[in-house]
Amino acid sequence: MYIKSLVRCGLVSLVFTLGAGGASAAIATESLSMAKTTGPVSGYDFLQKETQQMQDDDFLNPGMQWVDAGREMFNNLQSKDDKTCASCHGKNGSKLDPKRIAQYPVFNEKLGKPVTLQGQVNACWTKQLGYHPLPYDSEAVIKLEVFVHNLARGEKVNVQVDGPLKPYYERGETIYRTRAGQLDMACSVCHDNNIGKKIRGNTLSQGQANGYPAYRLQHGRVDGLHSTFNECYRLFRASEMPPGNDDYTALEVYVTGRGNGLTIETPGVRF
Amino acid sequence: MQIKNISTFVILTLLTLIVGQVAADSSAGNGEAFVDWKVTDLAIQGPLAGLEGDPRRGRTVVITPTKGNCLACHVMPIAEQEFHGTIGPPLDGVASRYTEAQLRLVLVDMKQLNPTTLMPSFYKNPAELHRVAKRYQGKTVLTAQEIEDVVAYLETLK
Repeated sequence: MYIKSLVRCGLVSLVFTLGAGGASAAIATESLSMAKTTGPVSGYDFLQKETQQMQDDDFLNPGMQWVDAGREMFNNLQSKDDKTCASCHGKNGSKLDPKRIAQYPVFNEKLGKPVTLQGQVNACWTKQLGYHPLPYDSEAVIKLEVFVHNLARGEKVNVQVDGPLKPYYERGETIYRTRAGQLDMACSVCHDNNIGKKIRGNTLSQGQANGYPAYRLQHGRVDGLHSTFNECYRLFRASEMPPGNDDYTALEVYVTGRGNGLTIETPGVRF
Repeated sequence: MQIKNISTFVILTLLTLIVGQVAADSSAGNGEAFVDWKVTDLAIQGPLAGLEGDPRRGRTVVITPTKGNCLACHVMPIAEQEFHGTIGPPLDGVASRYTEAQLRLVLVDMKQLNPTTLMPSFYKNPAELHRVAKRYQGKTVLTAQEIEDVVAYLETLK
């Protein structure tokens, strides 16, 4: 069943990759006018109509299979003493507060630093369930993260950027604007300076995080934000950083916080 | 199930490391000494290292994604390639708008002219770069010869 669905996703992504040329001219002009508006714009608005429809329909959105898999783990994966995530957070996460989820990454007083939603999932996983920590952005923890984040779908992104997170937000912005790699590029040169323009067949978006973790058509899987940072740095021919490190956490604070007010779409469908 | 996943992860990580190592070794020999250049009148007068460019080779550099990759951002009169980007200006007729010396500076280090540009500096001193991946360290994006080849090709776009 799982393999069958993966094959289906693969085919769908192939069709979408091949079909990328069709409506490109119309989209480019549409996005260009959008780029002139000031506030944050979701990556969704830069997608082709077909991809938008794919995201909107839970039966077509391949990311929903990851949400289902995450829910399965959340409800049923037992620790040695028969605890599950649901023991504390209710069946299907009914006791989790979507408004709180929408605030992530949050500042953790005890640790004295920001914690991402995935970091919090992993903290429960090790402390409450007694497992070894999952590698950051690995498949299992992405399934849990995408399930939990999906509970806040429809909420507005609401990162508390003015409180103790402020220095991390500013550090994240510095990283966002710092050129790196042999190609000497930074996040900002594409996602601030050239929004709506075409890089080969793709339209540059604002690089907003409100669809993440998102189903990536070109990878055929749900990707975390930090893996996507590394994907860009690989394109720059820059050295990658380990997902989950302090720099990427600060970058996540900035990239998510600059999208405050956008509607959470997790799981988004992105190229 | 969980153990199987972890062992797969370990094997894949090892494989990635090995492949990465081989790739790094094989490209290590390509580095050539960086030849410094000077900006005068918003241009670089005279070819890098006195080399002569070949427009035919330049066209290949232009369309090769791992070399110039110019079509990622520019519309060019190269009909056999699809999906030209729209970030930079179209390059049809570019040689009638700029001199050869001006085009050379644009290719070598566009940031001398526009600090916020997306355009990579194709021949910037590698010592001035930051966080370069291991396999590209100490190397310019294009060689001095390739820069001159692309200049020669752009000169045909009158």
